[in-house]
Amino acid sequence: MQVEMTVNGRAMSADVEPRTLLVHYLRDHLGLTGTNVGCDTSSCGACTIHIDGESVKSCTMLAVQARGAEVTTIEGLASNGELHPMQQAFMECHGLQCGYCTPGMVMAATSLLNENPKPSEHEVREGLEGNLCRCTGYHNIVKAVLSASGQGGS
Amino acid sequence: MTTTEQAPSGANIGTRKLRKEDPKLLTGEGKYVDDIHAPGELWMGMVRSTMAHARITGIDTSAAAEADGVHAVYTGADLADMGLWAAPLPCAWPVTADMVNPPHYPVANGEVHHVGEIIALVLADSRYGAADAAEQVVVDYEPLPVVSSIAEARDGDATAHSDLDSNKAYHWPLVPDPDALEAAFANATHVISAEFEQQRLIPAAMEPRGVLAVPSPHGGDITLYSATQVPHILKVMVAATTGIPEMKIRVVAPAVGGGFGAKLNINPDEILAVTLAHRLGRPVRWTETRSEAAFSTHQGRGQLQKIEVAADENGKIGGVRVHIDADMGAYMMLITPGVPLLGSFLYTGVYDVPAFGFTCDGYFTNLTPTDAYRGAGRPEASFAIERAMDLLAARVGVGPDEIRRRNYLNGGEAFENLETASTLVFDSGNYAPNLDAALEMAGYADLRAEQQRRRDAGESKHLGIGLCTYVEICGLAPSRALGGLNYGAGGWEHATVRFLPTGKVEVVSGSTPHGQGHETAWSQIVGDKLGIDPDDVTVLHSDTAISPLGMDTYGSRSLAVGGVAIAMACDKVVDKARLIAAHQLEANPDDLEFAGGAFTVKGSPDKTMPIQGVAYGAFTAHDLPDGMEPNLQEQMTFDPPNFAFPFGTHVCVVEIDEETGNVELLDYTAIDDCGNQVNPLIVEGQVHGGIVQGVAQALWEGASYDAEGNCRNPSFLDYLVPSAMEVPSLKLGSTVTPSTSNPLGVKGVGEAGTIGSAAAVINAICDALSPYGIDDMPMPATPARVWKAIQNAKGGQS
Ligand code: FES
Ligand code: FES
Repeated sequence: MQVEMTVNGRAMSADVEPRTLLVHYLRDHLGLTGTNVGCDTSSCGACTIHIDGESVKSCTMLAVQARGAEVTTIEGLASNGELHPMQQAFMECHGLQCGYCTPGMVMAATSLLNENPKPSEHEVREGLEGNLCRCTGYHNIVKAVLSASGQGGS
Repeated sequence: MTTTEQAPSGANIGTRKLRKEDPKLLTGEGKYVDDIHAPGELWMGMVRSTMAHARITGIDTSAAAEADGVHAVYTGADLADMGLWAAPLPCAWPVTADMVNPPHYPVANGEVHHVGEIIALVLADSRYGAADAAEQVVVDYEPLPVVSSIAEARDGDATAHSDLDSNKAYHWPLVPDPDALEAAFANATHVISAEFEQQRLIPAAMEPRGVLAVPSPHGGDITLYSATQVPHILKVMVAATTGIPEMKIRVVAPAVGGGFGAKLNINPDEILAVTLAHRLGRPVRWTETRSEAAFSTHQGRGQLQKIEVAADENGKIGGVRVHIDADMGAYMMLITPGVPLLGSFLYTGVYDVPAFGFTCDGYFTNLTPTDAYRGAGRPEASFAIERAMDLLAARVGVGPDEIRRRNYLNGGEAFENLETASTLVFDSGNYAPNLDAALEMAGYADLRAEQQRRRDAGESKHLGIGLCTYVEICGLAPSRALGGLNYGAGGWEHATVRFLPTGKVEVVSGSTPHGQGHETAWSQIVGDKLGIDPDDVTVLHSDTAISPLGMDTYGSRSLAVGGVAIAMACDKVVDKARLIAAHQLEANPDDLEFAGGAFTVKGSPDKTMPIQGVAYGAFTAHDLPDGMEPNLQEQMTFDPPNFAFPFGTHVCVVEIDEETGNVELLDYTAIDDCGNQVNPLIVEGQVHGGIVQGVAQALWEGASYDAEGNCRNPSFLDYLVPSAMEVPSLKLGSTVTPSTSNPLGVKGVGEAGTIGSAAAVINAICDALSPYGIDDMPMPATPARVWKAIQNAKGGQS
């Protein structure tokens, strides 16, 4: 079936099986491979994207459920060749190593700051609970999010 | 020369340079295996055993074969008949001449030996189609007795392989002086004896493993993309197992999403993808699902340890004796049998131990094979000796810091090239100042006061402070030492450094990063060595067509071997450039100074030539000294003369709620000494991640199996990889004691955090609960376990 949605500001469409997960629609059919898959139990958050401004694990819904939605993936975050402030903060705080959790982590973190622009360290940790990272021990991820919120330097 | 103040720094080495790797990874440009596609690709779907030990009595593939989009279905027998295997999957480390090594083929044929072993596979034209079709294959089994633990393997009647009469795979001793060891125990005032279980761990790199094999049907070449730490080793092993000539094989490790040892194997899926793609002339691929990873990727740890420490009345150690029963799992994978032995040399820790003995028995079980996982043998060793030190402290009646001070090598003072009872020569150490720094940063005296206050007040939230003063072996490895251990390869690393005509520099490295930031760190080294901007350097790696020589990344070896190779190649480049510059400046080479990226005739500052100018001259070759080869490029294969021995002190502070048994991490301090640091930002990141992995072993993780050999917690729903919520911010510092094993004075840091942390956490828990007489806590120390221990202790008191 044909599934259309707006992804990173552009109208997109692909012919997919009805059971296609949104994350596979983005990755395998639209070629937007920045969004990663780290699990099969909706536990890791590697697949986190924004749908109509809210962060969502894209492995937890079907592509058809996002019909007509405004989707933002990690590929849509930087603009005019400039990293988004959250991406910049991750770089400055060394908030990534292998980078596999990073797209999901950055998407979750930007949405966290949209809802709570000045979170405490505890609130950052709580807000990122659904995103697993095996490399960083979270220390520098938390630091990056606090830094992006204008609290504490890098 | 030992300093404890600061790393030596050039313009770049020692600076917190931001990573070159990041912009790509932050924007989704990084390409992992599952992001790469080839036209006409077929997806493998694996049919996995649901039984841990059984004879396969029938496989019905008919429904799967007829399913839409299915290209073929193969059983183990089909593949054997097709003549696809030149040899079984390899074990590169036969630790003894008589080690038992049952043949291990990518697909079982006749008998299965662990849940999840591949029985058949389908090839289909889509991700979902392959998974669906695999589910339609029906397998009939005749169950065989299951060996589901090390204890059963050792003590029970069942054998994990029905054609073996015992589960014992090998016995490996390291007892340099048996008489001295016996005397040490005979003369001891105190003998501490303790047993620990190192539970099995699921490595859980966030990127699941995956493969894509792309053939060129007419040329006979094949390219294997794999989420691997070891493309070079994989290439050799693909040739050995498939019979495809090695020069026809190219292996690429694209962006790799973490490894931690789990991606340094030669796996059934990799070999299947290559052979089938080669045979069919079509690309073949597979991506592991997370729940499948508990079966399709090896696990870590899996040991029963017994450690005995003999000491005099002051707690001064006279001898250490260790025995390990190690769980190999169902098969010997690449370095399965050697992992426990990597730890053997470290059971004496940072201590002056006059007599030492270690023995290890390897056993087969019907569980997923074990192999390297962050630290590989060394966290286990560090755990045992560091737990034993706390037990000894309690026995002697001194603090955990004091017992360590009394036993430090060289009295805690700085040393170089010191031989230990475990036969290794430690490159350098300076342990007491490192401990002092950690205790100060942690606020140790105040913590002890607060602990006492709570105890006096009878509070129900107990404070525990745990120390671990670890040492590890890095810089794997001197090739001769590996030969002595019967390892099947060398431990060198290769580098090429070349100037391009425009003055930019290309570095080719044989080490293979998967998150460690090699591109950044190597550029810093080259920047200082050649006097150029690190941003003018590009680092090529992880593709055997581009970097044909390499021994890859594991064992905290990349910097101490690979980074050093690059530095030495740079020295050779400068040597050649000096000859060219001298020729063109009409000076004696010895009269040239090289600084800031330019050669200058001493005493004639206007007679100067930037190295980029020399490089261009080497490229045009219009005016080179007679007989000199054009171009400015040099190679170096560095074989380290010794290992490197980083060390450090971790201080963990926990709070245990007596009512619930919950252990909360209140604070964590680590002062690591990894020698000179190239990039402290990267060093800290490695330590952070390592600490959390070790803490996770202590508190949350552990692959749990039932008596039938089923893993009870294969997915992220019940295997508790910690989130940001579970861990505190970490306080890090460092001391710097340069290594004598290499000219950069570097030691390696990838595994340090993990090696120090599990013992620190369990020591903290036992410290908190010491008023109850509790001096042991199995891992993971779940609230249920801790609560039960407290209840038992209370019951015992009343
Ligand atoms: S892939 Fe979506 S939560 Fe793990
Ligand atoms: S950076 Fe590797 S998983 Fe987070």
